This record gives sequence, C-alpha cells and structure tokens, in this order.
Amino acid sequence: MTTQTISGPHAVLQAQARWRAAEIAFWLATLLPFVLAPDYLVLASQVAIAALFVLSLDLILGFSGIISLGHAAYFGVGAYTAGLVSVHGWGEPLSGLVIAGIASGIWGYVTSFIIARFRHLALIMITLGLGLLLQEAANAASWLTGGFDGLQGIHTWPLFGKIDFDLYGYTAYSYALAVLFVVFVAARRIIHSPFGLALRGIRENGARMPAIGASTHSHIRTIYTIAAVIAGLAGALLSQTTETVSLEALGFQRSADVLVMLILGGAGRLYGGLIGAVVYMVARDQFSGLNPQFWYFWIGLLLIGVVMFLPNGILGGLAFAAERLKAAARKRPPVSAP
Amino acid sequence: MLSVLGMLFDGIAYGMLLFLMSVGLSVTLGMMNFVNLAHCSFAMLGGYVTVTLMNDAGWPFFATLPIAFVAAAAASVVLERVFFRRFYHAGELPQCLLTIGIVFVSIAAAAYIYGTDQQPVQLPDYLQGSLHLMGLDFAVYRLVLIAIALAITVLLVVTVEATRFGAKVRAAVNNQRMARGLGIDVDTLFAVTFALGSGLAGLGGALAIAMLGLDPSFALTYLIYVLIVVAVGGLGSIAGSFAAAMLLGVADLAGKYYIPAFGSILIYVVMLAMIMVRPTGLFGRR
Repeated sequence: MTTQTISGPHAVLQAQARWRAAEIAFWLATLLPFVLAPDYLVLASQVAIAALFVLSLDLILGFSGIISLGHAAYFGVGAYTAGLVSVHGWGEPLSGLVIAGIASGIWGYVTSFIIARFRHLALIMITLGLGLLLQEAANAASWLTGGFDGLQGIHTWPLFGKIDFDLYGYTAYSYALAVLFVVFVAARRIIHSPFGLALRGIRENGARMPAIGASTHSHIRTIYTIAAVIAGLAGALLSQTTETVSLEALGFQRSADVLVMLILGGAGRLYGGLIGAVVYMVARDQFSGLNPQFWYFWIGLLLIGVVMFLPNGILGGLAFAAERLKAAARKRPPVSAP
Repeated sequence: MLSVLGMLFDGIAYGMLLFLMSVGLSVTLGMMNFVNLAHCSFAMLGGYVTVTLMNDAGWPFFATLPIAFVAAAAASVVLERVFFRRFYHAGELPQCLLTIGIVFVSIAAAAYIYGTDQQPVQLPDYLQGSLHLMGLDFAVYRLVLIAIALAITVLLVVTVEATRFGAKVRAAVNNQRMARGLGIDVDTLFAVTFALGSGLAGLGGALAIAMLGLDPSFALTYLIYVLIVVAVGGLGSIAGSFAAAMLLGVADLAGKYYIPAFGSILIYVVMLAMIMVRPTGLFGRR
C-alpha cells in the first residue's frame, strides 16, 4: 500500500511471499536445541510434532474460517495408520509417514463433503460428532487398535536404514523438524497463492465468494483434505518417535489442546500456531509435576484470558503493540526524539 | 416383551434427565446464538451442591433440589454478567473457546475439591425399591424423576405459551432484532432466561446423581448428549428438545442393551445423520 512499485495481483502475492529476515532467524533458532539444550531434544521433537498439528488446524481455522472441535480425528488416523503399518511388519519411517498421510487424507476427503456444507453451530456439532464417533469406533474395534490399552508392539526402523532413533531424541527431533519445515514451506506457498487468497475470502465472507466466481465448496474440500494430510503426518510422527499410540490420540482433549495452541499463538498467521505450540508444550513440560486435572485448570484460565484480552493471540498482540509504537514514533516531533 | 417395556421405562427416565439438562441451552441458543459449551458445568454444580448438602449437612434429598437450582442459576448470572455478555456478537469461535475454558476450570475445581471419584449419594428409603405393576418392576426413584420432569415440562410450556414473559421469550427467539425494535429489553430477558435454563440444568444434575453418577468429567461427558438433544430438537424449541431427549434416552439405552459393541457409536451416527438431513432439527424453523 505504501510503496508505489507494487502493481497487480501477482506482484502483491509475490511481495507477501518473500522470505523475511525474521522468518529465517526463526528457522535458524529451531536448530538451537541441538546446541543449547541437548537434554531436551525429546521435548523439542514433541514441540515440532505439535507445531505441525497446529499448522494443519491453522490452514482450515485460521485461514479458511472452518471451526473444528474434532481435528484430533485426522491426527489419530495418521497415528494409528503409522502404528499399524509398523506392527504388521513394516517399520520403515518415511514410507510409513507417506502411508499415514494418505490414509488421513482419504478420511479428510470423505468427511470434507460433509464439512463443506455446514457453517456455524451445525459445523461445530458435526466436527465434534465425527471426532467422538471415530474415537468410539477405535475403542470398539479393539481387535485392530488394541482398544483402551493402545496399540502394542510398534517398532520404528532406522531412518534411511542407517540412523537409529536414539534415547536422547536426536534423530526424533531432526526427523520431526525436517518434516515440519518441508510441510511449512508447502503451506506457506499455499497461503500465498491465489488459492490461499480465495480461502481468506471465504473466511471473510463465505456468501460473497461464489458471487465473484469462486467455488467455495470445492475450495473448502481441497484445503480440508490438505489439512487432514498434515494432521495425519503429525500423528504418524508421534507414533513413530514414541512407538506408542493410544485412544488419547483421537480424543476431544487433543482437539481442544491444539485449538488452545493456535489461539494462544494467533490464528490466521503462519507463525502463530508454531509460537503457540512452543509456549504451550514448554509450559506443560515445566508443570509436568502437576496432576493433569490441575493443568487443565490453568489451561482453562489461559483460554478465558486469551479470548478476553488477547483475541488475536501472542503474535496478534505483538503486531498490535508494534503498530502502536510505530504510530507513536511517527507522531512525535523529530526534535524531541532521544 | 417385558424387558422391552422395562428398557423403555429406563430410557424415558434417562430422557427426562437429558431434557432438564438441555432445555435451557436450547432456548438461550435460540435467542442469542450464544454457543455455551459450559452448560453442563452448571448441571455438575447442581449435582455437587446436592451431594454436599446431603452428605455434609445432612439435608433431606428433596430439600437440596431447590438449592441446586438456585446455586446453578446464581453462578450462571455471575458468569453471564462477567464474561458471556461481552461475547454475544463475537462469533462462534471465541464463544466456544471461552466456554471450553470455563468447562476446564470447572472440571479441575471439582476434582480439586471433591476428588475424581464417583460421589456417593444415599437416597431416602421411600425413594428406594421398586413398584410392582402389571408384572413389571418400576424403580420408585425413576417414577418420581419422571413425575418431577413432567411437572416442570408442563410448567415450562405454560410459562412460555401463556405468560407475558413467555411471549417475550418467543418473540426474541423468533427474531431478536425485531423484538428489540418492539421495545423488548432482550438483554435482560436473556439474562433471566439464561439463569432459569442454568437452574434447570442444576436441578437436572442433582436428580441425575442417583442414576448417572457424578464425577468431575460429568461436565464434558453429558455435554455431548445435551448438544445432541439441542441439535436434533432444534434451537429454541421446548417441544423439540423434549422429543429429542426422549428419543436419545431410549435410543442410547436400547443401543447399549441390544448391541453393546456398537451402542455408543450408534448415537453419534444418528446425530450426524440427523444434522445432515435436517440441519434445523426435528421441530426447528430456521
């Protein structure tokens, strides 16, 4: 807006898509745990997995305005698929990851036909219902999933046939971080494409988009399927790095957790979810001595506080503060500046 | 045949509980479109009030019920004034998040004060045992439960259909902006309706202890059922909520009796199918 050189939609999108210094710094900082906190690499891998899952929710909720209270369903499908593939004798991680992504993508594509038709309360109910349905189904099909006890006997083979998954999480974090980065770059491209722009249009005004020729339903189906694949990858990473899967992977609690992380960081910003995941997971690790029941007390308070005082999350709050500072600096006469 | 009748009876008693716990949410959702996922926290509060009064203060069961009602209503008024009213125009997402936050806090608070165990409750002797009628046993407590719920339903219907207050509520549910235009103070009306609805949930929660049990996860477990009743019954419709609650109560028990392996799945399938075929619910008009 302020620069005169930008002209036309292509140029606008290109300008948005340019990598900024802060982004490069952020990704370089993700390498710091290797040097600074080698004891916390297991936690770091959990953070990276959570960040991937939040990114998936951000694509549908933050950028397309599709509220979901049952996003753990896709995480769980990915986790169980990767686990089952391994239990039945194929522990190769990369192909397991791909298979899990495909499985959750298929489930996402099937359910997206339902999702695309609804908004508002009905959508909340449907996502909640689908999530619970899947959890109950997994519980009932205990011959396949191990039911309440979880899936037993997952073993992940070394990465590329060479690099073992060590106790300290060195491989796990490298693996999860690499997947996160690749998916992030892809998601970033999607968001800064004309398709991404159409998604934001749907978020802002779902009724007007068809009027300018955008097919809302098919756009929603596409992004929902993509988000399901990403959630499935996150689930697969979890089951491969921890070598366990339980019903909790599909539960409402997990859907709520990921929502909290996204809202905390700031929905509709690519880095919002990542920041939220880091803050949430590190905080949970710090309070891990606490009974989970009481941990949710603080999470509840946090949720209430964030929606009351920080509706756009940490990043939204920071952006707001930066704007205010800039405006104050502009207003101030140059003489009195220190 | 007899077992079918017995199952129907239990299902109806269960449905009555679901109705009490959900009718308030249905009406307030219909009026303000406020997605209150914390509705069952009020039911849980009512349950804990009854347990505390009975076990610690030695109150008789029936005397605790009005207190459960009042406590839940009062708590809801406080939350409505402090939090909810700021979010009436904020869209579903902030509403969901706020109320999920309240659910988490309520669950943790209940676990902190009462522990995570099921709360024991000793019903008075005259509510125990069963009545033998036409070759069937009817548990006295469930008969009483059905009677109370039916009385409340009649009271509700009369209030909504035949009083000035009820007419205002119906007007606000039908078209909030038009109701405002006619000079109805919808905000106050909503606060009162909200308190009444939460009070009913509290009463339902108190009555539910002897049948469904009470532990901190109550607020989340039965939230799902309440939401199903609201979605299937249609927003703002008392008759719809009643029908949906009966249907759900009977169907849920039947599913668990006859096909235990898939009983709990059945409910969600029915709900999803219902929303897809009739997004406005059984009796919904919008």
